[in-house]
Amino acid sequence: MNVLNKPLEIRTSPHLKSAVSTDQIMMNVVIALVPTTVFAIYAFGLAALLILSVTTISAVLTEHIYCRLNNKESTISDWSAVITGLLLGLTLPPALPLWMAALGGIASIAVVKLLFGGLGYNIFNPALGGRAILQAAFPVAITTWHPAFLADRFTNIPSSSLAWPFTTPAYDAVASATPLGNMKFNHIATDVTDMVMGLTSGSVGETSAALILLGGLYLVARNMMSWKIPVIIFLTVAVFSGIVHFFNPATPTPQFMLFSGGMMLGAVFMATDMVSSPVTEKGVIVYSIIIGIMVTVIRLWGGLPEGMMYAILMGNAVTPLLNRSLKSRVYGTGRKGGAK
Amino acid sequence: MTTTVVAKKTFAHGVHPPTHKDGTVKREIRQFPFANVLIIALSQHLGAPAKPIVREGQEVRRGEKIAEASGFVSVTMHAPVSGIIKKIGWAPSLTGKMVMSIFLESYPASGQTVEPSAPCDVNTATPEEIIAAIQEAGIVGLGGAAFPTHVKLKVPPDKAVDTLIINGVECEPYLTTDHRVMLEQQDDIFMGIRYILKATGAKRAIIGVEANKPDAILSLRENIPSDLPVTVEAVKVKYPQGAEKMLITALLDREVPSGGLPADSGSVVVNVATTAEIGRLLPLGRGIIERSITITGPGVEKSGNYLIQIGTPLRYALEQAGLKKNATRVILGGPMMGFTVSSLDVPITKGTSGLLVLTDHESQLTIRKEYPCIGCSHCLDACPIFLNPSRLGRLAKFKQYDAMAGEYNLMDCFECGSCSYVCPSNIPLVHYFRVAKGIIRDKKAAS
Repeated sequence: MNVLNKPLEIRTSPHLKSAVSTDQIMMNVVIALVPTTVFAIYAFGLAALLILSVTTISAVLTEHIYCRLNNKESTISDWSAVITGLLLGLTLPPALPLWMAALGGIASIAVVKLLFGGLGYNIFNPALGGRAILQAAFPVAITTWHPAFLADRFTNIPSSSLAWPFTTPAYDAVASATPLGNMKFNHIATDVTDMVMGLTSGSVGETSAALILLGGLYLVARNMMSWKIPVIIFLTVAVFSGIVHFFNPATPTPQFMLFSGGMMLGAVFMATDMVSSPVTEKGVIVYSIIIGIMVTVIRLWGGLPEGMMYAILMGNAVTPLLNRSLKSRVYGTGRKGGAK
Repeated sequence: MTTTVVAKKTFAHGVHPPTHKDGTVKREIRQFPFANVLIIALSQHLGAPAKPIVREGQEVRRGEKIAEASGFVSVTMHAPVSGIIKKIGWAPSLTGKMVMSIFLESYPASGQTVEPSAPCDVNTATPEEIIAAIQEAGIVGLGGAAFPTHVKLKVPPDKAVDTLIINGVECEPYLTTDHRVMLEQQDDIFMGIRYILKATGAKRAIIGVEANKPDAILSLRENIPSDLPVTVEAVKVKYPQGAEKMLITALLDREVPSGGLPADSGSVVVNVATTAEIGRLLPLGRGIIERSITITGPGVEKSGNYLIQIGTPLRYALEQAGLKKNATRVILGGPMMGFTVSSLDVPITKGTSGLLVLTDHESQLTIRKEYPCIGCSHCLDACPIFLNPSRLGRLAKFKQYDAMAGEYNLMDCFECGSCSYVCPSNIPLVHYFRVAKGIIRDKKAAS
């Protein structure tokens, strides 16, 4: 009887496992970004296609080469480097020189992620950290915007995209202002419907609020994203900017604040980065409020038209502190338990 | 006929593993054959091992006392079959440790009859007499923990218990033995409740049952004796609803203080099968010699619920139940908290509620590539005690045991395994916590 002559497998419980795994979560984030990505390429043409390819490939290659140099198994199959590269590309101006984009992809992975210990150990969202490095290094290029829906966008590559490394890029199209730039510097408000539909100028993937929200809903439905973070950020921004707008109608309306710039992309896909956002319930609430307040303050009173990136990086920076100081009440302690 | 019961009561957090109960839930409890040699471990309960009172070569009759309690936290053992004491020596146990055990060779014609002894009448016995009788009957928690029941029922003088909770939740997937007991042994359960109410001084009893056992809930409700202050409450289907603390919270909206006992929240929780044993054995003055278990899993040919003799070696049990070719893991208990055995010479003990056999297929599902913790917080949302397993897991990797026990309340973890179950990075969290708790306890004992 085979009962008697087979080695038994020794394992500790549990002997059941829920089906979701980390690589699947990461892959689903990429799937959720597909509508936004496709629309970005539709709106900005070859420029967007090139920039997204360059950031994604540079991010993935950096991680792969790093693993090889350290004689470790390559970690690119966990999809997290793909997310970083794709998200970085989506936050960049469409006609940014591609060598800068490549540098951003390398910096995101090498400096912001791997230097801190790789997946799970990075303090800052790698894509946003990489973008911050680019913003510091190339302040002009990263705020020079390219118009959407140019007639020749599928046949013509902007000459600035192909600029040689370390040269000053020449821009062929007339630089166009983003809704936030128009608001800040020219005091012109853009129609909110246009921003929801993605008909305005802006970073590669930030212009269509509707498609970003669609991707977010997909992840929430699959329990792969915290819905609380974007919802609390939106509420904080709406309430805060609504109060300011009430007393000073010259400031943007709450709906303009919500649908302009990187608000949607940042709140839905970057503030929710599992690694760099808090894990505790109360931590998540405070983190989201901090981001909402910071972005509103920067946009309304700061020197920059957009503040989403710095607001989220600020939230990332306080995340370890929030995790540690805002813990849930442990069963049987405090109020109900009466510690023994 | 399908009936459904709606339940609102539950605890916060927890997980929803597939229940896998369909394979055995309709199988009535049937007598399992007697093995040739039974191995009765002297410490198959928490506390001090029992002391043998028989010698090698001695003839014993079924139900005869063969070992006595060696202190208050210890219980009596009885011979499950008539036969001869072959030897008293070491035998492997569930944890892998060797434990002193009595090897009893059964007579081929061992009868079903059981030696009677002094009965304990629920109407005339004092609470102390009932508690002594439960210890003498060798009864321990049959839900799995195997804590001596009489110790649980002895309420400390400075505490008062108002509610007795009978645990019929059976939240472990695959297991259906408690479900069958609730359908087939209702008179014993109600009689057991009479004894326990008297022993603890509790005013009322609540039988808590998961809503996925509507037949048990409805028929128990119908058959409650009119003079007995018992209610049957449905609780939501969620793991680990059957944990004492979670059931107390679900039914009474009270919490057991950290480091405390259920009595600190005015309640006592007893497993429903344990209650049935008390109700069946005490009026006859018998000891516990057999129990109902679920033998099941994809690796077993003849799944079902069986009345099996304590001390039956797993090898014999699996020969009778039939093992499939691709079986790999033999688990005592359920899949969430059960233990894999390293040897088939391990016997069934009083605390064995299930014998589960998994095959290569299920095995592969739990052995997956480990990723770093990505802070998804699924484990925090699963932990019924509201710990931070994500943080605790990282601390365990760096051996930060003091921080785990202090700042992060590790000692409140009761190892339900919900964190490991949900972790998408496949980090063996609860395993780390078991190891860490052991190290912390040893450190404390040493200092």
